[in-house]
Amino acid sequence: MNNDNRRYTFLFIVGTICVIYIVRLFALQVATSEWKNKGSRLTEREVVVYPSRGNIFDRNGKVLVTNQTVYDLMVLPKEVLPFDTLEFCKLVNLPYDELKEILKKSTTYPNVKYKPSPVIKQMLPEEYALFAERLYKFPGFFVQARTLRTYPESLGSLLLGDVGEVNKDILEKHPDYRKGDYIGLNGIEKSYEKELRGKRGIKYVYRDNLGVEHSVANGQLDSAAQEGVDLYATIDAELQKYGEQLMQNKRGCIVAIEPSTGEILALVSAPTFDPNLLVGRARGQNFSALAKDPLKPLFNRATQAQYRPGSIFKLAQSLTALQLGSITKDTRIACNRGLIGCHGAHSMDDLEMAIVHSCNPYFRGVLQRVVEANRDPNSRAKDAAIGLSIWNEQIRKLGFGSNLGSDLPGMKKGNVPSAEYYNKKYGVEAWNFSTIYSIAIGEGEMLINPVQMCNLVCIIANRGFYVPPHTVRQIGRDGSARAEYVTRVDVGVKPEYFETVVNAMEKVVGPGGTANSIKLSDIVICGKTGTVQNEPREDHSVFVCFAPKENPKIALAVYVEYAGFGGTWAAPISSLMIEKYLKGGTTNKGREELIMNAKILN
Amino acid sequence: MAASGKQNLQLDWGTIALYGALVLFGWLSIYSAAFNPLLPSPFTFSEEYGKQLVWIGACVFLIVVILYLDAEVFNKLAVYIYFFFVLLLMLVLVIGKEVNGAKAWFGIGDFGIQPSEFSKIGVGLFLSKFISSSGMQLKNLRMRIQAFAIIGLPAVLILLQPDVGSLLTFLAFILVMYREGMSGNVLIAGFASVVIGTLSIVIGAGRTSYPYFGELSSIWTFIISLFGLSILALIFVRNFVVPRSRRMLYSVVVISMVLASSLAFSINYIVDNVLEKHHKERIYVMLSLPVERQDATYNSEMAKITVGSGGFIGRGFHQGPMTQNNYVPEQWTDFIFSAVAEEWGFLGSVTVILMFFTLIYRLVVLAERQRSQFSRVYGYCVAAIIFMHLLINIGMVLGLAPIIGIPLPFFSYGGSSLMAFTILLFIMIRLDAERLSVFR
Repeated sequence: MNNDNRRYTFLFIVGTICVIYIVRLFALQVATSEWKNKGSRLTEREVVVYPSRGNIFDRNGKVLVTNQTVYDLMVLPKEVLPFDTLEFCKLVNLPYDELKEILKKSTTYPNVKYKPSPVIKQMLPEEYALFAERLYKFPGFFVQARTLRTYPESLGSLLLGDVGEVNKDILEKHPDYRKGDYIGLNGIEKSYEKELRGKRGIKYVYRDNLGVEHSVANGQLDSAAQEGVDLYATIDAELQKYGEQLMQNKRGCIVAIEPSTGEILALVSAPTFDPNLLVGRARGQNFSALAKDPLKPLFNRATQAQYRPGSIFKLAQSLTALQLGSITKDTRIACNRGLIGCHGAHSMDDLEMAIVHSCNPYFRGVLQRVVEANRDPNSRAKDAAIGLSIWNEQIRKLGFGSNLGSDLPGMKKGNVPSAEYYNKKYGVEAWNFSTIYSIAIGEGEMLINPVQMCNLVCIIANRGFYVPPHTVRQIGRDGSARAEYVTRVDVGVKPEYFETVVNAMEKVVGPGGTANSIKLSDIVICGKTGTVQNEPREDHSVFVCFAPKENPKIALAVYVEYAGFGGTWAAPISSLMIEKYLKGGTTNKGREELIMNAKILN
Repeated sequence: MAASGKQNLQLDWGTIALYGALVLFGWLSIYSAAFNPLLPSPFTFSEEYGKQLVWIGACVFLIVVILYLDAEVFNKLAVYIYFFFVLLLMLVLVIGKEVNGAKAWFGIGDFGIQPSEFSKIGVGLFLSKFISSSGMQLKNLRMRIQAFAIIGLPAVLILLQPDVGSLLTFLAFILVMYREGMSGNVLIAGFASVVIGTLSIVIGAGRTSYPYFGELSSIWTFIISLFGLSILALIFVRNFVVPRSRRMLYSVVVISMVLASSLAFSINYIVDNVLEKHHKERIYVMLSLPVERQDATYNSEMAKITVGSGGFIGRGFHQGPMTQNNYVPEQWTDFIFSAVAEEWGFLGSVTVILMFFTLIYRLVVLAERQRSQFSRVYGYCVAAIIFMHLLINIGMVLGLAPIIGIPLPFFSYGGSSLMAFTILLFIMIRLDAERLSVFR
């Protein structure tokens, strides 16, 4: 028996296995970079360098929004060694059970043990300082610095807006955002998100065996973070703060605009809240408390409320009728209180006095002349439809029914009833002037929001144009406002028609006018009171005005909800705001105190 | 002692150099994989690389002892050595320390001794002595059974620990017996069993719904296919084979079919019902079958990534990001080859494999040039044991074998393994050194 040849079989088997393994090694190491790439993904950490969001300053350079550094305590489970949990919990002030839960979660799907997970988010620098120097004792734990918004002036919460982490919806719609990124959710933060956000930087680091991080490929793959652009808001912080103080314990809003530029000087929605509440770890809790508040502090009454305009709408009606040639400034109409109610002693006013007296029958007559101009002699209904369309077109030029191209996010457009609107509501040719006349005095189906109202005042103050109301006058230190906010929009009403209206508004704030009480000795205020009916509740008190009469500096629309007659609350608030803005404060301390202390919340 | 013999020792320096190179390469890999940046000195005896230096020192001492012993000693004491280790294997079941669910260690303070590693020496020596005894014929069934008993006794004791990895390395002795005359059909049957076993696990992992029987394991599809195949084979034999061979082939086909089916069925049954869950998962991971736990794939996945991370030329000593960050748990023991592959790349890995092949080849050459059958059989034992470790260990790292914890000879950290392999190898070198003075 000779089995000597079997040595070759033996060596053949060994050789075959070696060849198979060499081929396999070739496949894993050389033929494809799949496994190598997987490795890179594990060992090369991609460190996101968050840019600091742009600051927001007021029109005088005062800081409204800036950043503070906070720290996220993270854990990288694969590096955690057994540690003194008791000491750790005491140090970071975390109950043991919670820590256990967090650590468990950090290694369960979708988290994996070689990727960091947060332990405590958004710790303030003073909290971090407490354990910073002892963190080294806990391998696997580290902190990641981030920036949070902070509002040194504690004002303008809804106007400035807030930021929050992006949610699933946003992530799906905007692929350039990643989980954990912040995004502006409303206000200026939202409308100028692109500018404020900056650009996220990415640093690829590789950690060597000493735990020292090195940049990968000499940092050639890295991208530097680009800080967000600073914004210079149109807001006057002093005026905004004052407005918020005047409106405390009331519901309503103040809109103040510089007429010549369309710059929003103040935008108060009351009740308001401290914007710092919606920052940091308490954000969620505070947000839900605010959302549940029956006074709806999260509702921006200045941009989202849609009120019936009431008497102040007579200003728009006057301009429209004059421009359409339906009346002249000398047209007199009898105060026929059988057709519609009125107040005060007057009988046969011309336009100017009708505005001063806020004569309801007069403006019913004005709208009738616009709408029922016998354009279709055969049908009163058809005539009204044609007339209303002509009216609608002209009134829209004054900015009603649109968001004015403003940068205020979520602006409501209101409602300017059209022929189609009534056709839908009542049926085609099933309505005529007598059905719709209440819009003549700003009641009925007419809806506007306070910014539109203030814009109308700007148009009057400017005698014929407006600049879309906006909140940012400079993007970047040396920048300018967006292009659309430096161009004037002409409303197509001849300048001379404004004189009657302006004179009437001057008389409103004068002897015999409905807002005589707020007349100032040194500044001529032109205004118009309004009272928006709210059956069965108390009326809204409304006042619009601009000052001074010549070369106006400020236009205002003030709404105080459920407060009664416009002259009582809205007008004095307006005059205090004007004094604050033009003179730096009022001399009438009694009025100021009375208003600030008044509580009108039913 | 025969002093004259020692004076003209013909040491095979090539093998010794290869041994030295493997141990050095192994230690460097351990130094890199287990590196503690706070204790960078190689002589840090609290770390694995420091401890391994102690083991290497111990090995030098053992080598000197072995080379000074008379070569006759190993033949004469083979039976005693064998039973000494069998005794230790029994003892370890009683007083052993349980590590990772196996009672495989004698704990002596901080150190542990794994008798299963050493028992291979005993089996090697005894088997060599038995096969080389006069009148021995491996074709003889009774003698074959006796030979299997020599292998089987320690194997069963190791199974009781249980330590499946060490058990599998005992398959090495089948290769030895093949060389010494056992029928080659054993290898063919073994290969066929591996194929059928693998198929039965892969197919059996699925579920199929059968008419009348409802949903059952897909293993039945496999068994039905085997049945169908054998019918085809029978038809083939009937039509294309000369009548006088038909009878014999009929029975071959039928017996193969029965054996294959029962093998498939029982392997499937064992995997599903006998094996522990983590063993089953390891087999599934190797075969790329879906497993419930993500963790089960972790080691295998990390090992492959670490190997792939090396690329063609490797990341360099101490530079492997996967190795240095300990992605592969306890990389300095069973997974040491992944550290080699990452830091030395394809070139280094192939070098290591070729070094092992050269060593095995050299051992075969040494074995074949022996005049004594005892030495020759023993030489094959050493070669085959090293080969089985290489096969299973590197296969595991490369994802071609299930994760079975056995060391890579000379590389993996651990005193028992290093000393056992050193003794194993140097007994052969000692035997070879005196080959010219042995007459038989």
